[in-house]
Amino acid sequence: MKKKIIDFLTEIRPEFDFAASNNFIEEGMLDSFDIVSLVASLDEEYGISIDGTEILPENFSNVDSIYRLLINNGVTE
Amino acid sequence: MIKINLIEYFENTVDSFPDKLALVDGTSQLTFNELRCKAKLIATQITKINSSINSPVAIYLPKTNDAIASFLGTMYSGNCYTPLDTKNPIPRIQAILKALNPSCIITNDRFIANIKKCDLDIEVINLDELDQEEDVDESFNYLKCIDTDPAYILHTSGSTGVPKGVVISHLSIIDYINWVADTFDITEKEKIGNQTPFIFDMSTLDIYLMIFKGATLFIIPEQKFMFPATLLDYINENNINFIFWVPSVLVNIANLKLLGSIKIPTVKKVLFGGEVMPPKHLGYWIKNLDKNVVYGNMYGPTEITGTCVCHIVDETFNENESLPIGKPCRNTDIIVLNEKDELCKVGEKGELCVRGSSLALGYWNNLEKTNAVFVQNPLNKSVPERIYRTGDIALLNEKGEYIYIGRKDFQIKLSGYRIDLGEIEHYILSVFDTINAGVFFDKAKNEIVLIYESENEISVKDFRSRLSNVLSKHMIPTRYIKMDILPKSTTGKIDRALLNKKINNT
Repeated sequence: MKKKIIDFLTEIRPEFDFAASNNFIEEGMLDSFDIVSLVASLDEEYGISIDGTEILPENFSNVDSIYRLLINNGVTE
Repeated sequence: MIKINLIEYFENTVDSFPDKLALVDGTSQLTFNELRCKAKLIATQITKINSSINSPVAIYLPKTNDAIASFLGTMYSGNCYTPLDTKNPIPRIQAILKALNPSCIITNDRFIANIKKCDLDIEVINLDELDQEEDVDESFNYLKCIDTDPAYILHTSGSTGVPKGVVISHLSIIDYINWVADTFDITEKEKIGNQTPFIFDMSTLDIYLMIFKGATLFIIPEQKFMFPATLLDYINENNINFIFWVPSVLVNIANLKLLGSIKIPTVKKVLFGGEVMPPKHLGYWIKNLDKNVVYGNMYGPTEITGTCVCHIVDETFNENESLPIGKPCRNTDIIVLNEKDELCKVGEKGELCVRGSSLALGYWNNLEKTNAVFVQNPLNKSVPERIYRTGDIALLNEKGEYIYIGRKDFQIKLSGYRIDLGEIEHYILSVFDTINAGVFFDKAKNEIVLIYESENEISVKDFRSRLSNVLSKHMIPTRYIKMDILPKSTTGKIDRALLNKKINNT
């Protein structure tokens, strides 16, 4: 699943190495368009609906935090 | 006496509310008096470099209190300011600076290296090295200006690759802001939550309501717009009551259904513009905010200073009907012209043209482009009178409201950014010189699509990373389609109409 997350991120911003970064937000790797696209991709792929109140910097700072967000939304490996 | 300069409005406001908060950004805040002191220090530095009036000064700073102090400082010195986007790739900044030829550039420690990379012989003022104790000479050059002198120059996407500098006069802004303040009953009590970048003309409204009326301007940190729940918390923490945002932001909040879980009771005025507002999403806002909230749909290109047509949402609002752009603002007249340059009848589509004090002076150093769109009013055969041809197709309905239909050229709007597809194409063909390509807009997906003809497949990664060196991020195509041969018209040019139909399934 983590690989899939990296694939989605790379599709949105191919110029960055998401696996190597620990804070996408502070490093300016994503903007508001990107977050909207990423959430749409994750919702569609896993048949979930990430709640707006969960779209927070701490849930999108790196691959692990996005992974945890998906697990909390009931996604299983 | 009638005021003829924006600094006169500012002085008046500072004298009325010296200790009131003027500006709040992510890291600092300034009262009106503090803002004036800072602006005057900056003006003194500019005048040392260039003591004449009406020259452009480039402001290369992120969206901060310092940027606004620099705008005001420039105007105290009798010159006009040009904000530049610190997120733009260096070649684009370089192209703008070359065409603009400013007398100096205002920046800070963090961004000065980028200016040096441009390798141009232009004086730089570094705000981090500004001498706070410097004596200020109070005989500021703005006193020599007249109301038709330029106040700012904003750059918009141009089809030939070089952005066009739209030059706006003091008079146009005075005309616009007085209308906004009266129409929406703006006072010093307003707490404005700014979203739009200062390189966008929508921000004129936010900035000058602060300057004219003593409202407090909150420059909302950009990260809040990535995470809309934090944005709504910010509104509540700061009791924001007025917003003028692009529809994309309002739509995102509606799609996430956030207004159910996070109430924003302080917000009383919601204006939007820069792109089409979908009525279903507006309906969501209306249902979730207080009944007495005012909603305004604001239409207008940069060339007519902010807004020329406005629709205040009333009880006739229907989620299933597109929103009118509305009726002309005070001291603005709209004429819709057909292909014979005659006035369209009610219900007839034509090009929306504007006349009034709001018209830009023209495009900086570009008489050819200026004369192409700022033209003699074809309905006036008696005296010279300029109109601006917007390139937008519109019609007048039976209720006397204007309805926006679309564009007559290759210009699109994405999150309020005005983009000429020709500019994107120009850069793509200059970077990838072995391919032939056309850029299109998928209206349903709100996506820029590149269709290219090439022997070899080029990876998306390769496209995007090389294009990010020359194009702003919002201009980079997000879908790439390779074709062995692009369809051509009989003249040998790419058959755009056909490809456009394919992309949009029409």
